[in-house]
Amino acid sequence: MTDELVIGGHRFNSRFILGSGKFSLDMTRAVIENGGVEMATLAVRRASSEGEGNILDHMPKGITLLPNTSGARNAEEAVRIARLARELGCGDFIKIEIIRDTKYLLPDNRETIRAIGMLADEGFIPMPYMMPDLSAARDMADAGAAAIMPLGAPIGSNKGILTKDFIRILVEEIDLPIIVDAGIGRPSQACEAMEMGCAAVMANTAIATAGDVASMAKAFRMAIEAGRLAYLSGLGRVLEKRAEASSPLTGFLEDR
Amino acid sequence: MTRLWTDAEDYGPSMEAIDSDIMDTVLSEADGFDPSSYTESDVRRALSGDPGIEGFAALLSPAAGNMLEEIAVRAREETRKHFGNSVCMFTPIYTSNYCQNNCVYCGFNIHNKIRRACLTPEEVDVEMAAIAESGLKEILILTGESRARSDVEYIGMCVEKASEYFSTIGIEVYPMNTDEYAYIQRKGADYVTVFQETYDAERYAELHLAGPKRIFSYRFNAQERAIRAGMRGVAFGALLGLGDFRKDAFACGLHAYHLQRKYPHAEISFSLPRFRPFINNEDRVNQVHEPQLLQVSLAYRLFMPFAGQTISTRERPGFRDNIVGLTATKISAGVSVGIGEHSGTEHGDGQFVISDPRGVDEIADALRQHGLQPVMTDYVRL
Repeated sequence: MTDELVIGGHRFNSRFILGSGKFSLDMTRAVIENGGVEMATLAVRRASSEGEGNILDHMPKGITLLPNTSGARNAEEAVRIARLARELGCGDFIKIEIIRDTKYLLPDNRETIRAIGMLADEGFIPMPYMMPDLSAARDMADAGAAAIMPLGAPIGSNKGILTKDFIRILVEEIDLPIIVDAGIGRPSQACEAMEMGCAAVMANTAIATAGDVASMAKAFRMAIEAGRLAYLSGLGRVLEKRAEASSPLTGFLEDR
Repeated sequence: MTRLWTDAEDYGPSMEAIDSDIMDTVLSEADGFDPSSYTESDVRRALSGDPGIEGFAALLSPAAGNMLEEIAVRAREETRKHFGNSVCMFTPIYTSNYCQNNCVYCGFNIHNKIRRACLTPEEVDVEMAAIAESGLKEILILTGESRARSDVEYIGMCVEKASEYFSTIGIEVYPMNTDEYAYIQRKGADYVTVFQETYDAERYAELHLAGPKRIFSYRFNAQERAIRAGMRGVAFGALLGLGDFRKDAFACGLHAYHLQRKYPHAEISFSLPRFRPFINNEDRVNQVHEPQLLQVSLAYRLFMPFAGQTISTRERPGFRDNIVGLTATKISAGVSVGIGEHSGTEHGDGQFVISDPRGVDEIADALRQHGLQPVMTDYVRL
């Protein structure tokens, strides 16, 4: 049985989406190979000019690029960056990041919903970075999002899935892949996200701040695979004291 | 008593007064800062989580000066989390050194007998073409503060010219009104740097004897006018050593902090210029040697971990190579401070002497050797 991740009609075997930009470009290939990565983000703001240090030159062939709109402060700016990404040859996937807060880098859900509609109309495959909010996620799905990317914790914080209960609600209620985008700091947290039923995990800082970035990428790959397998296997019931009465409470029923 | 020049009534006829209480807030908070009142345990508390304003004060205290290694470990973690191993590279271009101000410490002082020059549009083009050859994509345009010799249209011309060669353009010129910043922004610049020099209004008045720069508050509100005009980012700096450097660094941090709270979308960064200690200076308390400069940088990093920091060419290579990645996130390279010097046609003198003459390739190699990645472009013009 194959267990593919499908986003906007594209199929992936890997559920590890790699963020880039925080580690040296010449490490990119090793990280991608070790992590079994098939999709990697890149900031258009880093790829927007020719010359040394263009991240596009370091992406191995066969990788699906997920350009992001970092730097956008509203929907219109996100659309302009997306068009630029397309001109640069990055394809149709676009990770929408609309941020009006330079301190925490928290996303603006309202502007993001607007951007999704505009980008979907232009044939992009929008993958919005968002604050986990059910109403917003439904609006994003209706506007044409191909996946929903809620944050687990602020970008770069390595704090794990602080928004766990809200992400769980999205997993239950939204019929799109739910991909935890920010805050994952260690493989065990990535594993936890996958056990919860998330479709994939995105990580960047956790890899970039590791002592050995390439082997940390491998650790993430293994954790994500383990979490996915656990989810598919059906996690065992957790026994709790008060829930287990020794004699059945409904044993008196007759006339069944 | 020295006249302070902190009221809008002191403004010249063309200076715009804006409705803002940030300066009063900063000056009153800074007024209560007593660096000697903090202990080692205050510093430890600041290191245990988000330091906040009180922790920032502790990190700037003499007590923290004995704990630099411990503080550096935390600061490096924060820098890594927010910036990874990327370090932006840029170079400044000085297009004019005419100045209307009499600032007692400055090489461009109106009374100094130096060779003055203002590059023509053709010369600006030649200079920028020479810089672009190095592969740099970010430029900072600087002039002396003369609205007569380098007016707003002149600076607009420089910015427009720069946009032909560079993707990221900043200016470090005299403070402007909101509509003038908007004009410059439309021409292609998105970043504004203004150094307040010292936040001690009395000391400021002693050091800035004549010229528009003596109006402390007009200068103080420059970043806010720039943000209102649509600039994406603003940079702050105190010329450490002019006054009590701990108090100046504290006020400078508060200035940035309150502006970011009011305009949360603004990109914030700090510059770290210092007034070098010199022989026979008896004011030993205010002297800023390398450990003190690093202490300020560490405190900025922990107080506002998301803010950029730029390290000046006034520092020696060994200091610069080690402070990037630790706290600093931006470094200048291939710097020439003379007017016309990039293209080898220098005809105006520089403001100061640089201590790191290395070119772009050399700095980039040094970054790589330290496990860092040089970044030329981190910006999209929108």
